[in-house]
Amino acid sequence: MNIFCLLKQTFDTEERIVIQDGQVSDDGVKYVINPYDEYAVEEALQLREKHGGTVTVVSVGPARAAEALRSALAMGADEAVLISDERIQSDEAGIASLLQAYISKQPFDVILGGNFSVDTGGGQVAVRLAAGLGIPHAASITSLDIDGTAASVKRDAEGDTESLELTLPALFTAQQGLNEPRYPSLPNIMKAKKKPFQTLSLDDLGVDAAAVAPLTKRLGLSLPPERGAGQLIKGTPAEQAARLVELLRTEAKAI
Amino acid sequence: MSQSVLVIAEIRGGKLRQVSLEAVHAANQSAGGAPVDAVIIGSGIIPVASELAAYVSGKVYAVDHPELASYNAPAYLAAVKGLLDERKPGRVFLGHTAEGKDLAPLVAAHLGAGQISDVIAVSDSADGSVYTRPIYAGKAFEEKAFSGGSGVVTVRPNNLPPAAQAASPAEVVDRDYAPASDLRSIVKDVVRKAGGKVDLSEAKIVISGGRGVKSSDGFKPLQELADVLGAAVGASRGACDAGYCDYALQIGQTGKVVTPEVYIACGISGAIQHLAGMSQSRVIIAINKDPEAPIFKFADYGIVGDLFEVVPLLTEEFRKVLA
Repeated sequence: MNIFCLLKQTFDTEERIVIQDGQVSDDGVKYVINPYDEYAVEEALQLREKHGGTVTVVSVGPARAAEALRSALAMGADEAVLISDERIQSDEAGIASLLQAYISKQPFDVILGGNFSVDTGGGQVAVRLAAGLGIPHAASITSLDIDGTAASVKRDAEGDTESLELTLPALFTAQQGLNEPRYPSLPNIMKAKKKPFQTLSLDDLGVDAAAVAPLTKRLGLSLPPERGAGQLIKGTPAEQAARLVELLRTEAKAI
Repeated sequence: MSQSVLVIAEIRGGKLRQVSLEAVHAANQSAGGAPVDAVIIGSGIIPVASELAAYVSGKVYAVDHPELASYNAPAYLAAVKGLLDERKPGRVFLGHTAEGKDLAPLVAAHLGAGQISDVIAVSDSADGSVYTRPIYAGKAFEEKAFSGGSGVVTVRPNNLPPAAQAASPAEVVDRDYAPASDLRSIVKDVVRKAGGKVDLSEAKIVISGGRGVKSSDGFKPLQELADVLGAAVGASRGACDAGYCDYALQIGQTGKVVTPEVYIACGISGAIQHLAGMSQSRVIIAINKDPEAPIFKFADYGIVGDLFEVVPLLTEEFRKVLA
């Protein structure tokens, strides 16, 4: 089974956001594999353990994204591909096109990705890629079973659980609860250094920068208004409860 | 804008979703006075199409077919493809919901359009509409616009006002649907877990539990309070990771982002990744045993105390005043 896993490097979710010179500052920021993509990597590894085959992790991003790909190799992925080029200014549409340019030339059965990224969170790239490749997809899955070319999945739809059947090749995006991602073991971290790692430029892919130019543009960036601490309500639990209900009705006019 | 503007409206539980009217509002604003059309997809949907028509200035297209009773990506795309090809809309608006999130990128890919997801505000500029959306789950906001071509927008529930009624109801036009013969994705079954409960992303009040609830039973008093208030129950990552509740309830940078009128955090310490998911709520209330819990720095009202004591008392108080 040829399994491809889409991966984005993101800020750790415990990072605060600082804006400097109109940009999100990455000064001293800790980077991780996008948490949803980590579920995708784990699922890819479990599929390989069950059905055999290879797991290739693919990312479009700057040079530092190599570190996230190395982490996925250390988890157990077989190969990594980083699509990286200073001319890439793409938004989600272009990133999907770049992934398509690479994956469409490979034999593939299953493509896995995260439900969305915890940074820009557009939730578009994977589904656009499925559309571009002309394959079915199921987003936000919480279980996946594959038998031959038939895939049965459960998908989370705002608390409802939808059961779907898809025919491979197909693309899936991972929701929380799909699995528990493994930690890289020390031997695997050592092995990861020797695994195949390709870096591809636009020229390698035969893609013109203009063809993946962004379709949207950022005009501004801001932080939410600071929220100060409010008031602590004192008294016995009964007094606190009564006072809170009163404040919510009279002062906050919320209930 | 000379090109047409289309809203893909959504039905849930047989009813028109509120977010679809919010999408019509966003569409009206972006259309700058030009008529806005809407399409609604499902089975037995004519009453809902008529309801929608009251808010739509252009036409309402109804794609009504038994095979469209529940959402299926290829079927729903097939249901709107004809319309997209004929009308070539410059802008398409959907709700940022399970269905809208799934369908929007397919529509965008079909149109070769850009997409701006999860929009919470629309403003006007000389170059057209500017869309504000959260990034890092609301730790920051970006203003985005389309670079010139067509565009798809998904709007987050509960952030934009619903559209006002149109001067006169739109004409409802039936659209044919030819079932696709080679669907490679079939919906076998839908289990409505949220049955009867208020939807987390659209709830006006959210009662949320953290590690402090200690067990799945610990959510019971929260649910009782939620029932009295017509609220939804949510959870922190800590509570989900500990297995006290389903990940579907998780609020935070991983999980859902909610912006209710009132957010009541019970036994939640307030990790940065949780705050990202709820700090845009209008009024935040924290109930926690630990006076040093970071959540108190963000709460409008704080109660230092045991949630198992305080929450049932709150339920009693609300019962009294809301009776």
